[in-house]
Formats: sequence, structure tokens, C-alpha cells
Amino acid sequence: MSYIIDRRLNSKNKSTVNRQRFLKRYRKQIRKSVSDAVNQRNIQDMKQGESISIPKKDISEPVLSHGQGGRRTVVHPGNKEFAEGDRLPRPEGGKGRSGQGEASDSGEGMDEFVFQISQSEFLEFMFEDLALPNMVKRQLMGTECFSYHQAGISEVGNPSQMNLVRTMRSAQARRIALGGKKRKKRRELQHQLAAFIDPLSKSEQLKKEDIEEEIEILTKKLNALPFIDEYDLKYNLKVKRPKPSPQAVMFCVMDVSGSMTQDIKNIAKRFFFLLYLFLQRNYKKIEVVFIRHHTQASEVDEETFFYDRETGGTVVSSALEKVSEVIHERYPPEQWNIYAAQASDGDNWPNDQAICHQLMTEKILPFVQYFTYIEIGGSQPQELWHLYQGIQKDFRDNFATSRVENDADIYPVFRELFEKRASR
Amino acid sequence: MINPKQQREPLSTQSEWTFELLETYDREIGRIAKEKFKLDTYPNQIEVIRSDQMMDAYSSVGMPINYNHWSFGKSFLSTEKNYQRGRMGLAYEIVINSNPCISYLMEENTMTMQALVIAHACYGHNSFFKGNYLFKTWTDADGIIDYLQFARTYIAKCEERYGFEEVEKLLDSCHALSNYGVDRYKRPNPISAEKEQKRQQEREAYIQQHINDIWRTIPKQKQDESCVEEVRFPPQLEENILYFIEKNAPHLAAWQREIVRIVRKISQYFYPQKQTQVMNEGWATFWHYTLLHEMYDEGLVTDGFMLEFLTSHTSVVAQPDFDSDYYSGINPYALGFAMMQDIRRICENPTDEDKEWFPDIAGSDWLETLHNAMENYRDESFILQFLSPKLIREFHLFLVEDDDESETIGIEAIHNKRGYQRVREYLSQQYNLGYREPNIQVYNVDIRGDRRLTLQHQMHDRKPLNDDTGEVIKHLHRLWEYTVVLDSVDEEGVTKQSFRCS
Repeated sequence: MSYIIDRRLNSKNKSTVNRQRFLKRYRKQIRKSVSDAVNQRNIQDMKQGESISIPKKDISEPVLSHGQGGRRTVVHPGNKEFAEGDRLPRPEGGKGRSGQGEASDSGEGMDEFVFQISQSEFLEFMFEDLALPNMVKRQLMGTECFSYHQAGISEVGNPSQMNLVRTMRSAQARRIALGGKKRKKRRELQHQLAAFIDPLSKSEQLKKEDIEEEIEILTKKLNALPFIDEYDLKYNLKVKRPKPSPQAVMFCVMDVSGSMTQDIKNIAKRFFFLLYLFLQRNYKKIEVVFIRHHTQASEVDEETFFYDRETGGTVVSSALEKVSEVIHERYPPEQWNIYAAQASDGDNWPNDQAICHQLMTEKILPFVQYFTYIEIGGSQPQELWHLYQGIQKDFRDNFATSRVENDADIYPVFRELFEKRASR
Repeated sequence: MINPKQQREPLSTQSEWTFELLETYDREIGRIAKEKFKLDTYPNQIEVIRSDQMMDAYSSVGMPINYNHWSFGKSFLSTEKNYQRGRMGLAYEIVINSNPCISYLMEENTMTMQALVIAHACYGHNSFFKGNYLFKTWTDADGIIDYLQFARTYIAKCEERYGFEEVEKLLDSCHALSNYGVDRYKRPNPISAEKEQKRQQEREAYIQQHINDIWRTIPKQKQDESCVEEVRFPPQLEENILYFIEKNAPHLAAWQREIVRIVRKISQYFYPQKQTQVMNEGWATFWHYTLLHEMYDEGLVTDGFMLEFLTSHTSVVAQPDFDSDYYSGINPYALGFAMMQDIRRICENPTDEDKEWFPDIAGSDWLETLHNAMENYRDESFILQFLSPKLIREFHLFLVEDDDESETIGIEAIHNKRGYQRVREYLSQQYNLGYREPNIQVYNVDIRGDRRLTLQHQMHDRKPLNDDTGEVIKHLHRLWEYTVVLDSVDEEGVTKQSFRCS
């Protein structure tokens, strides 16, 4: 006797717990792998899942078995030309044909354990332990988020929203109101009827019949009152209310003067992109403003920002001026969380320093959530670096600077800038 | 009995399966298996699942329920990865040695494949589980599912109470030693979940007392040092290391002992499967082949069905040569199937050679002989008894000796008259777990001194232990909590290698 059971609808992911435990146990290795991946990846596919590889020896489960060496005998199939007593050179790799196939199920890459994590897990690992400083300072109205609230009772609505208690109550009230007079009259007549005592005279008999007739008419009329009428129906009224949703704007500021090579720009691009991804995890709605500058600043689209070549000197204050301008025009600080990231090789026109200082301390830093500056390339800190170091003393909470030498530094520097700070 | 000449309508002509068709096929296959070939089986419970569920089943060693552990997550991840890359197809089936015998069918399979799996798993493996002596004595098909349920609940409770890190560490250590958690020779009591649960509490209290007894180290009276005979504990070598730990480790808490026990019980449950790979797969493959052919003879299946079935069957029993890229040892399906077929041939059409080599089975009733072989052998003895010269020739088997003291490797024997016997002996030895796995036993505990635990590895053919050994000893140390020493001793009793963790 066999039973055939359809288990296809049973829950899947029976292994989820075990998988989570594995990820938890090897968190450190996975994070390293993620961090390597971040450095190697194109920015476009930064958001995909990732195949993670961990050295097999790190996750091996040790078991006792024989090691290499000693004398061993193995029977193999498929003899073609060997005869008893033949001596052959030992095949490459020594144990290559030992027959007890070493994890041959996974084919090549035998030293690495490779598996896939999803996109969200990838970002999770990427931004683990990072936090946006001052994130909750302002959370104001966005526009695309609504919630429904109870807002009293309405005469119109759809049947599923009908408020039964209110409907029945209103129906009863109507019936009482409309039938009141008649019911009172009927009560009176009934009293009169009860007053007749047998035997009755002929006139009394007639009167009684009249009264009985009248009661009957009244009863009929009362019964004709509808139990429920259209204008008794009451509906719950729901109103759409916009829900506060945090929104952020991110300013990317980059120097595009002659001294900025494409390499440096690529490094900057990585940084901007990481920041964008990170903001995206925290805010539902993000706008990005690209501002580039040489001696003059302009707001441009992304393509132009990263790939258009410009030459000329460097006046940083032009860009800062522009940032401040855009903030005041389009992103009122009381409604927006403002983040800014500036990337530059650090060059600045000496006479501009003072203006920059003023702009930063008066027009920008007081309004932004967090301002990060990375200086790329060069072994020596440049003018801008010195200037910003000075400013940083007064704006420890929302101003961070760091120096980056090459691609590989980006992710560590990013982590450093956004490390969770306990003492906040 | 149905007259083979009497042709019936094919059961189906489409490749799509339905539940009604599964039932019909199962009924027909079951009928032939039982009436014609006397296959005695547990009742079948056939479960249809999706491929992702199959992966889940894979990664918890094929069991429908199991406790949680990261290593199962690891195996799930690698299964998933390989599957997505198309590197491996999932097995068509998983079958569990339980009563009723649970088999999984994947929904993606065609009707032909489902029929093949039903014949293979539900009647082949199933009858093997029920008939083979190893399974009969070592496993309890009635109790296993309940036991796993018990284990899962118990371990989950421990995780709640003592923290999952603690439990995980303990399981890691037990898993490292799980190959040494089996009784190889002693007959165990079959496990039964109910009894297990009842006895568990009693055991907790009792064991704790018992252990304290061993560790009562204060001597009753002073004796002359020289005349104290060195007493070894345990008095005999103990092969079941986990058992020894469970009963004797000084500081394990009762729940920890219970978990050690769970791991070793489950390991014991799988032990017969490890010893009967060739036979088990050979038997199941032989029967799906025979049963489906029988159906064809009765006209129950179409030519198209047979073509699809044979394509799949052929790839299952393919044996790549040693120099092929696909070679990874001898394919148990190939060897097992060939041997089962060969036994039938020897019974039905023996040659002179067969009569010389197998005087007692040549010409006998093949069905009886085959049942007898299935019931009373394991891989090692099965090969030693039944591998015929004809098969050695067909497989072109040859014996290679690889000695690290020699520059070259030598061909010791090939498929010729002088070689048959040796090839057969050595191939049989290859399936002897006692030979394949290092022979390690508990040798002594210094109960009067520093409680050092000494294990002994009896070396064979100078084969050393692998690089994991140090790690495994660390795990053992975690359980024992005092110094652990593992000595590799060669045939002359000289210690060649020593591992220590203190």
C-alpha cells in the first residue's frame, strides 16, 4: 500500500535557519569578501548580489582520515595497456587518482568555497555597522506616502465600509420619529377600547367597531414604515493623509580642473556612488545634485559630471557658493536632509581660501546633515585640506575629511567616515 | 499471474504525470515487484516536492527533519550554487530508511522518470532497507523519524536554555568525531524515540553519579608504589570515541552528554548505508531495470517510455575509465548493477568458468540467490564473494600499488587468470570501512594522575593521519577538558607520530 502526498505547497526555505547561522558564523570572512568585491566592481553593478568566496580551509569541518604517504593499493577500471609488473612514473599531483575523489563535486576552484548572497544581503554586509550621523534630526513631509485614517461617518460610501451600528441606530430613530404620533393615537384608542364593558348598547357597539377599525388602520400604517431606508445607511469615512517620510538630497561636488585626471574622477565616482547607495538604504526619496567646478561652478547632469573634460584653474568657493544657492532655492533645510560630498585633488587658488572658509562655516555647514570631503591622490595634503582641517574643529559632528590614495582606499575610507559613533 | 503474451493497453502515452497516473504506475510496479519477484517492502510514502525543497532535503543529509546547525547551511549554499550553475542535476530521488519508507519525487520529472524513481526507490531501496542484515540489526526504521523529532526538539531547547553558541560549539566537536561515534562490531540496541525520551531523564541523574565514581581518586589505603599494577582505563580498547566521551568525560553537563549521544546515534543510523553503497544502489538499479522491462513485456509502457528510461539508466550506470576527465572512482551504480545482473546470468546461463568459480550458485534459482545475497552481505563481503572474472574483464580492472618509498608506482594485477583473485580481494578491501578509515581507539585515561586521555592509531601500511588531525584533537579536548594525546603506532608498536592538545 502506498500513500502519495503532494508536498509542493509546503513551505520552502526549510534551510533558512541553517543558512543564517552559516552567514553569521562567517560574518568576518564574508565581510572581507564583500569589501574586496566593492573595490573590484563596476559602479553600475554595485547593487547586485554577489558570489562570495571564502577560503575552504576556514570553513572546513575537520575529520580524521588518512593523509598522504605510506603504501596504498587502489583498484581502477579501464585498463588499456598495463600488464602485471609494469612500473610507471607517479602521476602529477601524487594523489590525483586516489579514487576517493576530493570534493570533486565542486569541480575547479577547490580551495575556495563559493556561494551566492542576495542583493540585500550584499548591501547589508557592505554597510554593516555604518550609520548616518544626524539622521533623525529632521524628518519631514515627502509626498508619495499616504496613510488612511478614520474620519467620522459619511452618508455615502461603498458597502464594505458600512457602519452597521450607526445604520441600525439611524433606522430605529427614523422609525420612532415617523411612527410616534400614530403609536400614541393607537395607545389612546386601545385604552378607550378597554373601557367598554359588556353588555354593550347598540351605539356603544358601533363606536367600538369604529375604534377597532381605526386601530387596524393605524397598525397597518405603522407596519408600512420601512425597517431600513436608503438614508439610514451610514458609512465609515476614511481620509488619505500624507505620511511624513524622510527625504534627502545629496550634493556631489567635484573639481574638474586640469589637474583632475580621469583616474581621480573614477575614484571620486566610486565614493559618490557608495554614498548614494548608503543614503538609499536610509531614505525613501533621494535627490542628487551634481555640481562641478573649475574657476566657475555649474550644476550638471550625471553624464557630464563624470565624463566631460574641462580645464582651467581652481576656485573652490564658486562651487560652495553654488551649493549654498541650490540649497536655498530648492531644498529648504527644514524640509530636507542634506548631505554633501566633495571630492578634489586639494588644489585651490590661494586668495580663495578665506572666502571658502566663510562660505563653509556660515552658509553650508550649519544647514547640512553631514559634509564629507575626500582628497584624492598626492602624497602631500594640499591647500584645501589644511583649510578644512581648521574648520573641522568647530564642526566635529557633521564635517568629516579623509585622504584617499587609490581605488582600494575608497571603501575603507567610506567606512571610516560613517562608522557608527557611540558617543552621539 | 499475468500471461506475458497477453498485451495490455499502455498506462499512459504522455510525458506529463498526474497524481492518478502516479497511483496507477505505483500499483502496477508494486504488483510486479511483490507477486513476481517477491520484493518485501515497508509501506511507501511517496512525496512530491519542488526542486528547492529537494535542495533543502539534500542539505540536511536527506532527512525530513533534523536539528539546526551551520554546517547544514553550508551544504545548502553549495548545493544551491552548483544547481544554479547547472553543474549538477539534482538527484531524481531521495529515499529514507523509515517505516513507512519515505521517497521524494521531484515535480519537474517526466512520467517516465517518476516511474523509474518509484521502481528504484520505493521498491528497490525500500526492500533493501527491510531485508539487509545490517539495516535490520543496526537501524530501527519505525523509530527514526520520531527520534529525529526528539533530537530536534531537545537541541532547540538546549539552545534556548544555554545559548546557541554553546550548543553550536558542542555540535562542532561532536561532528568532527562522528565517524568515531559508531560501534563497528558490537550490536547496538535499536533506538526508539519513546523509550529514549523516558530513559533520558533517568540517564542524566545516573550518569552523573557514575562518573563521579570513576573520578574518586583518593586511594583507600596507601600501597607500595612498585606493586601497584598499572591499571588501564578503559580496560579494553574502545572504538566508539563519542560513546566513551558521553559516558566518561569528567565535566560535561547532562544536556551535553545527551547531545553527544544524539550525534552518535544518528551517525550509527547512517553507518549501514556507508557500508552498503554498491549493493544498495546496485540492488535498486537492478530492480528498476528489471521491473520496467517487465512492464514493457506486459505492454504497460510504450516504446518511447523505454527509450527515455534507457537513456537515463545508461548514464546512471556509466563507468568512466581511470584516465577520463569524469573519473572519480568506481561508480557504485555501475559496479552494483553489473554484479546483480551478473549473478542472475551465472544462475541462468553459467559458463564453465562460472561453474568453477561459483559452484554453489551456478545454475541455482536466480531470484533466491539474489535475495540471499542482498540479505546477508555488505559491500566488502559481497564483492569478495560474487565479483566474477567476467566482470573484472569487462571493467578492465587493475590493481595499482602506490608506495611512497618507491619512485614509481606499480601495476600489481590485471584482468588475467593470475590477477582475478587479487583484484577481487583488493577491491573488496577498498570497501572495508575499517580499512578505509584510520583505526583509532581510546587507549587509556590516566585516572590517578592528570586525567590525560590517550588514543591510539594503529597504522596500516605506514599510512599517516591527515592534516585535520590536530584540529580534531582540539575538538576532542573541548569535550574532555584535560590533555588529549593521539599516538600513531606502527605494526611493531613504535610510535611514529603524536598529536597533543592540552
